[in-house]
This record gives sequence, C-alpha cells and structure tokens, in this order.
Amino acid sequence: MDLSILLILIQDGIVNGALYALLALCLVIVFAVTRVILIPMGEFVSFAALTYAALDSGQVPASLLLLAGLGAAAFLRAMWGTRGRALMWLALETLVLPAAIAGITLWLAPLKPGAAVQALLAMAITAPLAPYLYRLAFQPLADASVLVLLIASVGAHLALGGIGLLIFGPEGSRGPAFSDAVLSFGDIIVTGQSLWIVGLAAALMAALFVFFEFTLLGTALRAVAVNRLGARLVGIRTQQSGLIAFTLAGLIGALSGVLIAPLTTIYYDSGFLIGLKGFVAAIVGGLASYPLAVLAAVLVGIIESFSSFWASAFKEVIVFTVIIPVLLWRSWRHKAVEDEE
Amino acid sequence: MSLLQIDDLTVAYGGIAAVSGVSLRVAAGQIVTVIGPNGAGKTTILAAIAGILPAKGRVTLGNADITRASVETRVERGMSLVPEKRELFPTMTVAENLRLGGFRHRAEGRAASLRAMDECYALFPRLAQRRRQLAGTMSGGERQMLAMARALMARPALLMLDEPSLGLAPLIVRDIFHTIAGLRASGVAILLVEQNARAALAISDHAYVLEMGRVTLEGDSAQLAADPRIVSMYLGTAPA
Amino acid sequence: MTRHWWVLALVLCAGLPWIPGLPLFWVTLGNGIGMSAIIAIGLVVLTGIGGMTSFAQASFTGFGAYATAILSTQYGLSPWLGLPVAMAAAAVAALAIGAITLRLSGHYLALCTIAWSVSLFYLFGNLDLVGRNDGISGIPPLSIGGLKLIDVRLSFTLIGAALVVAVVATGNLLNSRWGRAIRALRGGAVAAASCGVNVAQARMLAFVYAAILAGVAGWLFAHLQRAVNPTPFGLNASIQYLLMTVVGGVAHVPGAILGAALVVLVNDRLQDWLPKLLGTSGNFEIIVFGGLLVLVLQVAPQGLWPLLAKSRTPRHHKAQASPLPQRAPRAPGAPILDVVGLRKNFGGLVAVADLSLTLAAGEILGLIGPNGAGKSTSFNLLTGVDQPSAGTFRLAGQDMTGQPAPAMARAGVARSFQHVKLVASMSVIENVAIGAHLRGRATPLAALLRLDRAEEAALFAEAARQLDRVGLLDLADRPATSLALGQQRIVEIARALCVDPAVLLLDEPAAGLRHAEKQALVQLLRHLAADGMAILLVEHDMDFVMNLADRLVVMDFGTRIAEGAPAVVRNDPAVIEAYLGSPA
Repeated sequence: MDLSILLILIQDGIVNGALYALLALCLVIVFAVTRVILIPMGEFVSFAALTYAALDSGQVPASLLLLAGLGAAAFLRAMWGTRGRALMWLALETLVLPAAIAGITLWLAPLKPGAAVQALLAMAITAPLAPYLYRLAFQPLADASVLVLLIASVGAHLALGGIGLLIFGPEGSRGPAFSDAVLSFGDIIVTGQSLWIVGLAAALMAALFVFFEFTLLGTALRAVAVNRLGARLVGIRTQQSGLIAFTLAGLIGALSGVLIAPLTTIYYDSGFLIGLKGFVAAIVGGLASYPLAVLAAVLVGIIESFSSFWASAFKEVIVFTVIIPVLLWRSWRHKAVEDEE
Repeated sequence: MSLLQIDDLTVAYGGIAAVSGVSLRVAAGQIVTVIGPNGAGKTTILAAIAGILPAKGRVTLGNADITRASVETRVERGMSLVPEKRELFPTMTVAENLRLGGFRHRAEGRAASLRAMDECYALFPRLAQRRRQLAGTMSGGERQMLAMARALMARPALLMLDEPSLGLAPLIVRDIFHTIAGLRASGVAILLVEQNARAALAISDHAYVLEMGRVTLEGDSAQLAADPRIVSMYLGTAPA
Repeated sequence: MTRHWWVLALVLCAGLPWIPGLPLFWVTLGNGIGMSAIIAIGLVVLTGIGGMTSFAQASFTGFGAYATAILSTQYGLSPWLGLPVAMAAAAVAALAIGAITLRLSGHYLALCTIAWSVSLFYLFGNLDLVGRNDGISGIPPLSIGGLKLIDVRLSFTLIGAALVVAVVATGNLLNSRWGRAIRALRGGAVAAASCGVNVAQARMLAFVYAAILAGVAGWLFAHLQRAVNPTPFGLNASIQYLLMTVVGGVAHVPGAILGAALVVLVNDRLQDWLPKLLGTSGNFEIIVFGGLLVLVLQVAPQGLWPLLAKSRTPRHHKAQASPLPQRAPRAPGAPILDVVGLRKNFGGLVAVADLSLTLAAGEILGLIGPNGAGKSTSFNLLTGVDQPSAGTFRLAGQDMTGQPAPAMARAGVARSFQHVKLVASMSVIENVAIGAHLRGRATPLAALLRLDRAEEAALFAEAARQLDRVGLLDLADRPATSLALGQQRIVEIARALCVDPAVLLLDEPAAGLRHAEKQALVQLLRHLAADGMAILLVEHDMDFVMNLADRLVVMDFGTRIAEGAPAVVRNDPAVIEAYLGSPA
C-alpha cells in the first residue's frame, strides 16, 4: 500500500466517520432523554436520501404519503385526552404541517429548484417523521423498561423498512452533489462534497454544543437525561423533551441522508447499516459521552474504509465485531449482573 | 382557608396501604411538620402530594383540585418538593441547577432568572462561592442547600421538604433549620417532613404525628414537643 | 391437561396430516409453525423467563442448519448424524458468544446480539465454506430405512414429535433446581445469588439451551428445504421469532406455539393479500409485523396466552422429615460472626465508617439506628452484595471478607430482603425451594431427562418443612406475589432457612406484619435461636426489636454509637438524641 492509497482511505474514513458521528450524537441524545435506543435512525437517513434523489429527477416523492399518513396516525394516537389549545397545536403539528409541506413540494418539485432547495425539501419531508414516530410508538410506552422500548424500536424499524420498500421500491438511487469541485493539495485530492460533509458536520456539532450548553431549553434536555425525576420536579415535561429529542434526531438524520446521497447509491434499506455504525460509535461512548462517541465514529469510518480495502467481503463483519471488545471492556468496569426488571 | 388541603389520602403499594386516610391542612405562610418514626409513611405522603405516587383521596392547592394533575402541572401551580434524595443534576453546575429550578418562569427571561439566583445566593452564601462547582461533587449539607435553593427558584406558594436533616451532621442540621425558620419571612408556606422531631417541632406552628401510615396525634407544635408519647413512639415501650 | 397429554399429541402428529381431503398446503403451514415454535420456545426460556433479550436467535438456527448441511453434502454422512452435530454446533457457538456477551446486562446485551446477528449474517454470506450468498443446495432428505421423508405429511409427524420433545424437555428443565435458578433471573437474581445460585451459570444455561433448540429447528429446516442460504438466519428472522414470543406471551411455553401459529398464518395470508392490495410484490408483511410488535407491547405486554389460559393447577405438599443432610447444630454461645472495622465508601461518601460487632450461636442481635445511619449498607456488606472498602469479616473463624453472595450462602449465611425479592411467576413453595439450591446435585441434563425426580421430591419436602415451620404451608401453592407483603417477608425467611444456615440475617422482618403475626414471628425466631441459630436483624419497629433482641447495636453516621441490652440502650442519651434529634 502506498501513501496515496493510505491518504485516500483515511480521507474516506473521516468523511464517513463525520456522518456516523452525527448519527451517533442523535442516538446518544435520544437515548439520554427518552431511554429509547433509536434503531429506526437509519430509516430517516435512507428516506431523506431517496426523497432528495426523487426530487432531483423532478418527481413528487412518494414519501409525502408516508409523512401525511404517519402524521395522521400520530394525531389519532395522541388526540385522546388532549383538549383545547393543546389539541389545536397537535393538529397543527401532525395534520397542517404535513399538508403545508406537501403543498410546497407539489408546487416546487416539477420546477427542479436546484440542489439546495431540494435538500431542504427532502429534510422537511423526512424530519417530522421522527416526532410522529415518537407520538405513535414510544410516548404510550413512556414508563416501560429500556428493553421493552428497544423491542418496540426494533418493531418500528421493521415496519419502516417495509414501508421504505413500498414507497421507494427496491432500486437504489443517488442524489446530486452540493459541489462538483475537486481540489488538490499535492498528492491529496479532496472533493467539494467531502468538504461539505465534514464542514456541515462540524458546524452542526458546534451548534449542538451551543444549544446544550448555553440555552435554557438545551440545559433542560440535559437535565432530563441526567435525572428524570429531578427534571419533573422543576416542571420540565418529559414528553415534550422527548418530542424535541426526536425532532433533533429527525433533522440530523435527514441531513445525513441528503449529504450521503451523492457518495453512494442508497437503497430503501441502506440506512439501517449506516445507522448501526452510528450505534457502534454511540455505544463506545457508553450511550452517554458525546466527545467519545464522535471520536469513535471517526474511528469506525476509518476501520470501515481500511477493511473494505483489505477484505471488502468482510467489511461489515469487521465493523460490527469491533463493538464486542468495547462492550466487554465496559462490562468489566461495571458489576455484571443486576436484577433486570 | 387553607393553602394546601389533603383529604382522606390513601397510598398503597401492591395492595398494602402505606398511608391510609390521612387528612391535613397547611395555611398560607404557615410551617407545618409531619413527624414520625422510620417507615411511618412520611415520605410516601409527600410523594403523593407532589404527584409522584398515585393516591386515592383529594389534594387541593389554593382553589384548584390537583388530585389528578401531573408532577409538572403541580409545579406550575406553585408547589415545589425537595425530596429525600435531593434529586439534583449532579453533572451540572450549581448555577445551572438553580437556573433550571426557575424553569417554571422561563418566559420572564434571563435577567429575571439571574435576579432570582442572586436572591438564592443571598440566602445561601455557601452556594454563591460555588456557582461553577458541579452539584455531584458537593458535600451532603451543600447539596441540601442547593436542593432547597433550586426549589425556591420556582417561587412556590408551598415548599415541601422531605427529611432535610437526613444524614447531616448536627451543626449543619442546625444551619438548615435556621434557614427554614427564616423562610417564614418570605411568606412561603412550608410542609416539613422530619424524623428529627425536636428540631421540627421547635420551628413549626402545627404538627401531625404519623405512625404506621395513620395520623395518631395532631396539634400545636409547642404542646406536642412536651408530650411524653413522642419518646415512646420513637424508641418503643420498655420491654416487660 | 393430563400427565400424558404428549402421547395424544404424538398420535395427532402422526394421524392429522392423513385426514382425507386435507389440503397439503395446510400441512406445510403446520410444518412452518412447528419449526418456528421450537425456536420460539427457546426464546421464551431465554427472554421471557430468563430476562435476556436476544436478537440473534435465528443465527443459531443457521449454525445448526449449516452444520448438518456441510456434513451431509460434503462428507456424505447420514442426515440423522446431523442432529447431534447441529445441536453441538449451536451449543458451541452459544458458549463462545455467551462467554463474551452474557456479562452484559439489559439493553447492552440486546444491542450486542443485534451486532452478532448482523455480523454472522454477513459471515454466512461471505464464507466459501457455507457457499456464500448462494448457500448450500442438494441437501439429502431424512430417511428411515428406505423411506425418504419427502412427503410433507411425514415431515409433519417428525416436526410434531420434535416440538413435543421440546415442550416436555423445557417443562422438565423449568421445574428443576436449575429451572428455578433461570426463572429467578428476572427480578430475583440478587435473591437467588444469596441462596448460592451461580447467576452467571444460570444465564449461560438459558442461553445455550435456547441455542440448542434453535439448532434442532435448523437441522429440520435444512433437510426439509434441502437447501440453505443466509436469508432465513438474518436479523429480520430473529425479530420475527421475538415477535412470536411477545405476541403469544413472552413468559409462557404454550404462548410460543400460539405466537408461532399466529405469525406464520398471518404471514401466509399477508403474502397473499398485500401484493394484490398494494399492486407490487415484496416482503411487505414486515410492515404489519413491525407495527404489530409495537402495538402488542403497548396494549398487551404479557401477550395473548395469559388472556386465554389460567396458570396451572396447584399441587399439594405435606411437611415431612427432610431427607437432606443438615449442618451440625452449634452449641449456643459459640462465637460465630466476628466483624472488625468494616468500612464502605461510595465515591467520597462514607456510608459505613467503622463497624465492629460479634454474634454468637443462639443469640439475637438487633442492629438499629435512624434513617441513613448505614444499616442497609452494613447489611449488604455482611451478605456479600457489596464488598467492603476496609475491615475484616470472619465466619466461624474463617475469613470471608470480600466474598460474593453465593460463597456466603455456601458458608452458611442466609438472608431476607428489605424490599421483598420473590419471583412473581413462581408459587410460594417454588420460591422457598430456591433456598435449597445448593443442597441438590442434579445437573441440567439430568433435569431435562427427568432423572432428578427423587432429589426434587427431597428439595420440595424440605421447602414444605420450612414453610410449615413459619406457618405458611397452607399457602404453599399460591402465586408468591398474591400474598400480603408481611407474609411475603415470612416466605423469605422460609427460603433463607432452606439454605440450612448457621447465621440468619433479616432486613426489617416485622414491617407490614399485623400484631398477631409479629407475635408469631417472635416465637419463631426465639425457637430458631434456641436451636443454635445466630440471628442478626435490622428493624425499625422498636416495640418488636426491644422485645425480641438479646442485645442491640445502635448506629448513626456509619459508626456504632451504643451497644447493650435493650433496656439500657433505650435510655442512653446518645441514642435518644440520634433518634429524636437535638432541639435546633
């Protein structure tokens, strides 16, 4: 292996790692706030990518149907026991919002408004799926154990995977790059898209840092993560925190999808493996540490790019078995067997 | 007209009543204490009033029936609980803990929040020196002060304190009780649950004695302090 | 249900498919249900009963299927030889995976099984040995004599027989000392450990047993389909097996069969209807299954079986002389427990600063003190739940400092819990029998084959004897958690007595008892002490403890502040101040 290949592999690893890092952050946020291990994270990624690709070819994306359907289902599930102003807000969030997004999409899609607008539209269509999913699947289980929430999460992944196949079909597609520029620094060749990805990921992480450290809402979310009862005792509503966490996850997942769409062909089920790599990173961080998760994500990206070079058939096997020594190391530091109930 | 009115409160765990048929009143600005031995159900009562545990009976705060309200709604209606375990945010600083204590008043903006924090620092000077310290690294007494200050940040009409002396050295217990007595001037009503009967009776107006989940004695705190039945309640009757 | 229901079931398996006019297609569906049910039964033991959620169950089916496929295609061996090999392959894989995974608990374990499931799927799909994504085809069918079991009706009989064996074996296992250990894992692991159960072994046993059942199903699958590829062993398949157990009733063996039947039948209908409804073909049934999984968890988390069937009928027990060997009684007054300078820090917090105490055979010692004085922590240190930061703990002269809970039980320390830890799914007497775990010898294999019945009878006789001793024999067959809380505490004492201890540690035994029950408990504890038992109790009920204890140790701020006879301690000014506080 010569130096140029090494550099390419590292660069690939960092670009993919930046995406995994974004997903890992979302997974940590969602778990800390709601105790849900969000297996369907990957579906947001692939749905956004495929929606973005559909918009680029001038089609009206079928995911609009999913948006409207899931919104309506969330409305029906949450409307019981909701009255007055709360009901109005609920209708606004779950019925009016999808209708508005659909209207804008139907208007803009045939015009092919360019990559940036298409990317925003794709995100607008995909991101609300996450809070709708929260209302539909997880809010009624708010008092269940982490394990039950995990099983429900796997169920949601299964269902969304099937819906993905239904609305997007089995064919894969690619979206347009944000930039076709190719820069070269001596031996190193960097594409504009890679810079976009790494730059946006870094900017987003900085924004998340500011949000969680310096805003009251962000601090309140952290408070829920640190001590749920303590948070309730100062009047922070756990349900609303959950909705915010899921919305963040939806937004970031959708952005990741739009970013990854130009790099590789995305199929309806590609998101699962991408999301799972975010998981490996999140778990390395103990589902709690943000900096560790980001570091681990970049490492996962680099391990992946090297193993696809040396043993491409076993790429996934290698990436996922990385998690095992990490978990072992964690379990050795904690007492293993507690009562599980 | 009482600020807090509890009627026929019953709380059961798995079919066993931990608290049965308890009624009590707290008037505005009053300090009321509930004393009793370990396991009498004191903490259970506060948890039920705060909405953490489901209970039968009726809970009224001001004019509002809050029997079915969530914990968060009760906070918004003006009651704050300092639980036995304090329930602070250990990985956050003292200032962050306080700021979150005022979450109920978030619409008033940052400046109002900072003013309220300054009032808390005036009340607990120890906390003022430790604004940047993480709550989890503080001593037991400081944690108790922070928990009380965090609850006061919500500017409640009713402050409920669960065993504020628990696990604290006598000198610090004295400090804490002085502070509680001093809060009377601010007009907040206090419902104080304590095992430390003598200290609780000394600073309160009215007292309820709880044994095996029932109120067995009730009356003026000063009178109860002299009642010989209190000693035998804590240490049992002499063996025959 | 009669004792010999399985004979009838076997006859049905042989006869049913030959009913004239029965569409063969139905028989094929039945075969699918049977194979799925075998896997789901394993998941019931592992997840529903053992409390370990696995998303990798289909992978073990894969190990079984590939093992027999390789053996019969590449080495030309008899498919029947493939059965033990398939079971062994699944068991070895489970041992290896379990050894590095089962230390994890809760959702970490579940997540790790997802990683295993995905890794193994890609491994199967990329290894030349197992034919990569194409898999292995041309697997010979099973045959008896010259008769090849190609006809689905013959397969039905075979699968039915395998299912019946799986149900019977699982029942045998669950009703053995090891089965009780597995059943205690959910919610009662700490209590089981205090009775000497090696919790890690019990977890591994459940994991390997579930894998072996999956391996058997894999063997059947390979020889019936005559071809294997990675798809049916992937994550989605594992999720479907989990769905079957959740729908049927995650903690019930019959629920696994019910769930398998429902999922397989619904699957079949959906594969027919959905493409017509949606206009395209694909595995859209997963939409319904995913949604169904979430819905069942929200609406009926216990599954359907408990809604359909009541739990089994009670058995009757007589208290009789126990044939189990017993520890030699100690002469009253012989020193037995000697604790010096015990200390425990949690981070910067000192929970127990310096605790020293002694206890002699036949003595009743009360450990009292106000809330937060460090009594519970002391208790956990003495029972091996927590390890002390400093100090020594000797039991009959033997240094036990830092020993874990099962070692304490083996050495003769038994305990009850402040927050009662009985296994909700078990009857009173079964819970008590957990206490006798160390006094049985039967291996899991002996239990599966029902060779442990004499020993089981002895263990239950002992459990009945102890229940009789505490006065609760009448309630022996009631579900444990249907008792009043006070009675549950007494059941814990009976369980502790089953350990055959020299020292009994009781954490608030009188809490929740009525007056007459307290009197009875005082009598019982005095009898035990008269027989040479050393008893240490933490108690809040002062009337009770003042009346019962020979000696009291009073704690405050993690140290001993007073010690002596109840009448003396009661008038000690330091004690009065610790309890009532000083006026501020």
